[in-house]
Amino acid sequence: MELQITWFFLWGLLWAIFFVTDGFDFGIGTLMPFLAKNDTEKRVMLNAMGPLWDGNEVWLIAAGGVTFAAFPILYATMFSALYSALMLILFALILRGVAMEFRGKVENVIWRQVWDFCVFFGSVVPAVLFGVAFANFFKGIPIDAEGIYHGNLFSLLNGYGLLGGLLFLFLFLEHGALWLSIKSDGDLHDRAVRTAHGLWWILIAVALLFLTATRFETRLYDNYYANPVLFLLVLINLAAFLQVKWFLIKKAYFTAWFSSALAIICCTFFGLIGLFPNMLPSSVDRAADITALNASSSPLTLKIMLTVVIIFIPIILAYQIWAYNLFKGKVTKADLAAEDAY
Amino acid sequence: MDVVLLSRLQFAAATIFHFLFVPLTIGLSTLVAYMETQYVRTGDETYLAMTKFWGKLFLINFAVGVVTGITLEFQFGTNWSGYSAYVGDVFGSLLAIEATAAFFLESTMIGVWVFGWRKLSKKAHATVMWLIAGASTLSAVWILIANGWMQHPVGFDIQNGRAELVSFLQVVLNKFGWMIFLHVIAGAFVLTAFFVMGISAFHLLKKQQVEFFTRSFKIALFTGFVAAVLVVVHGDFHAAHVAEVQPAKLAAMETLWETQPKAPVYLFSIPDEEKEANLIEIGKIPGLLSFLAFKNVDAEVRGLKEFPKEDRPPVFISSLAFKGMVGLGTYFIFITLVGLFVRNRLTEFPLFLKIIMFSIPLPYVANELGWILAEVGRQPWIVYGMMKTADAASPVDPVQVAISLAGFILVYGLLGAAGFYLMAQNAKKGPVPVEEEV
Repeated sequence: MELQITWFFLWGLLWAIFFVTDGFDFGIGTLMPFLAKNDTEKRVMLNAMGPLWDGNEVWLIAAGGVTFAAFPILYATMFSALYSALMLILFALILRGVAMEFRGKVENVIWRQVWDFCVFFGSVVPAVLFGVAFANFFKGIPIDAEGIYHGNLFSLLNGYGLLGGLLFLFLFLEHGALWLSIKSDGDLHDRAVRTAHGLWWILIAVALLFLTATRFETRLYDNYYANPVLFLLVLINLAAFLQVKWFLIKKAYFTAWFSSALAIICCTFFGLIGLFPNMLPSSVDRAADITALNASSSPLTLKIMLTVVIIFIPIILAYQIWAYNLFKGKVTKADLAAEDAY
Repeated sequence: MDVVLLSRLQFAAATIFHFLFVPLTIGLSTLVAYMETQYVRTGDETYLAMTKFWGKLFLINFAVGVVTGITLEFQFGTNWSGYSAYVGDVFGSLLAIEATAAFFLESTMIGVWVFGWRKLSKKAHATVMWLIAGASTLSAVWILIANGWMQHPVGFDIQNGRAELVSFLQVVLNKFGWMIFLHVIAGAFVLTAFFVMGISAFHLLKKQQVEFFTRSFKIALFTGFVAAVLVVVHGDFHAAHVAEVQPAKLAAMETLWETQPKAPVYLFSIPDEEKEANLIEIGKIPGLLSFLAFKNVDAEVRGLKEFPKEDRPPVFISSLAFKGMVGLGTYFIFITLVGLFVRNRLTEFPLFLKIIMFSIPLPYVANELGWILAEVGRQPWIVYGMMKTADAASPVDPVQVAISLAGFILVYGLLGAAGFYLMAQNAKKGPVPVEEEV
């Protein structure tokens, strides 16, 4: 029981770290066609995430792998139920990944435009679809007691699902604009800052709308009413959002980005705490709810995996922080001139 | 078409495509790490140029390999939910450990290596490449332990209607997984060696950058010879293990229908699965199969007829894959042996260089044949003797799978074309010329 609860939150933590790290990559990739005025600016944007995005994306693989190891029933049901959505995400990620590597390797305008489009597509599609998926998790999806899904890609695109998609998109856009504010200078920097300022208002509006819709569309608040102390998380979440704006005004871009990261983590856990102990509730039959208790692996597997993550997650965080630190500072002309730049 | 067949096609397409890039990732990262180390040790600029040139090809290859690997992990959930639910308790942890213990390190360090030339000391930068090479090999360990478990499941009990882990140690020390691992790693180095030798041969034929490419060629040649010998010697051990735990696969590999002592090996045979006999048998060597499998020419080997028809793997594909792999393996030893004799006068043997150049695709074929044999030969089981492939598929609409299969073929086709085009372009261009120091 304790093991399953621990794993439920570890599972959430992995997703949260993925959203924080790869989130700003998605944001920058989506902003690229709108913010960059020329090829140099595009390259600044790409190089702002260049050394890091690959390692960021692995948090998705880890979240997926841990879902498989700790909650095989959930893994089997959610990925087969969300088949088409997940395939779309995967194709998008594939295109984004090779686009980064390939775009600069041939001097040809069309070649670059094709891969630039892939960067955009590979960023916006996962950003929205992860939101759609998670909102549907919160709401529940039509699965029966056999774990068979009675719906299709379009039944996921309901109003609340799409609102979740918008929320994720704007969270990541804001997060990306802030990262770009840290990494760029000159015109592009000014535009990034202005964008972050503007996007903030939309983000707040979408977030409030989502909080309200959640009240009517899901059972998430039940846990909060049962333990009102949990509302503290919502308050921290709001504080984090306000800090983003505050530090933006103060021109403390890194602290603003950090606040945005905190906001993303809070948003993720807002949903998870509401879900608990559900992981994938059924919208048609409450007996078919997939929970941390009925979807988990055996205690032995959970213990072994716990040992593995307790050893490795700190090591991973240590070398990733080292890498982030190694590549801190703005992307400069000298960086772009180097042969290793995108 | 039914969902099982579509999912099998999709998984096959995804694996075969992914595995076009994996062996080179494993082998070339190690060779590049070696080259960079030589540069750090000797200060010889040619080694730096080699590191950069081969490193660039490595990166293009890595990009395609890494993104196509991501889909594989998720397909266990999307397409094989029956499998995931039934054996996830044992199998899932192996994939999760691969991600946390190996893949993270590899992916993070790739970024550091590419962008870290001016940020790290020479020694630290070379160390990063060794970390990448080590992590990609470690990835292979975990993936192949996972595959080994599907081939020869151990360390579990059927409880609560699924396979539950009983001994993690037994799963990790499963001999089958380590056998495949050694074979795959050796095969990866053969492929890498022929890749490096082939591109070097192209330039040596044109007498471009002779010093650079002779040196590259020689490093690859020694690697290739040793790996080719290991792959064949080890393949023999592995076949003996297959004989022990997957007798139906062995019988299919060798198109052996009747259970018999002094079982023969045929140099060439074409099986007829309808008639349960071989249409053509050429070069029968009595007793050799008994000897290879059990180190005793008189040992009895079980034939295909011993297994119910529905429990036999596809005989034709299995035997063809096996014979092809053995033939190619023998060729690799032979041609690298020739190479060792002419290594100091490479440019004087244009015919040899040409043969080497045109041999680049052969280890690719051999590596893929190995996988086809391993996976097709395991059929109709997804977990040998325990769960049938037909029971493992997700209850999803076949139309969805058909669409995603088409998507895989389209996207992967384009990626493969772009990736190999870029590699060919960069390979042809050659290294940035090194200024000779006086």
